[in-house]
Amino acid sequence: MNVANVGIVIVSHSPKIAEGAADMVRQMVGDSVPLAWTGGNSEGGLGTDVASIIEAIGRAWSDAGVAVLVDLGGAETNSEMAIDMLEAGRRERVVVCEAPVVEGAVMAATEASGGATLDAVRRTAEELSPT
Amino acid sequence: MTAFSPSDPVPKSNAVHTGSALLTNDVGLHARPSVKLTQLAKRFGAHIEFARATTGPWVDAKSPVKVMRFKAAKGEMLHFRARGSDAAEALAAIVSLVERGFATEHEESSEPPQG
Repeated sequence: MNVANVGIVIVSHSPKIAEGAADMVRQMVGDSVPLAWTGGNSEGGLGTDVASIIEAIGRAWSDAGVAVLVDLGGAETNSEMAIDMLEAGRRERVVVCEAPVVEGAVMAATEASGGATLDAVRRTAEELSPT
Repeated sequence: MTAFSPSDPVPKSNAVHTGSALLTNDVGLHARPSVKLTQLAKRFGAHIEFARATTGPWVDAKSPVKVMRFKAAKGEMLHFRARGSDAAEALAAIVSLVERGFATEHEESSEPPQG
């Protein structure tokens, strides 16, 4: 694990989607990028959970920063809330990417695996968006 | 079948190096091969591009999204060009990756997993 590489966090309402997207990243991109996923609410249903997102960011932490890929609505707002609750010095180094969760995770991780900056990783993921 | 042909037999460090390779693997330049190509290109400092024809249009081999969108199929010829101090080395590595059907060599890419 190269801790100099930007980390990737996958946040989906569905734990199966989050885990499956993480599997794709591991298989296609390899082990050189810190990676964590979270999905589902605290009752085990579909949803997202701020505390779990904070934990996932911690697991994928890199001093180069962490790029978060989200699916819909609450995944994004809860991820933003989770980032706001990080300690100063960390929260400035975490960004939510405006990108489709699966494709964005693979593209962001590919960029990150080459040692790119957090900004470059985000730009690559966001290149996928139509506008 | 495939050829790596430096454009200049005595290249200067800033010369453009060119090479080509035929896509022989069944899926062509699909998801996994695209990622491998991008990752390999990123190991080099050289500016590396590829295209379906030597006249272009050229695509940045280090851009994951552009490489993924290229969608070349089995049987297509890929043309590469590279510029920079390690351009010759980069081209040789990339042509070799395509020629062996994107099979992972016993490269140093397989670092022992840690957690």
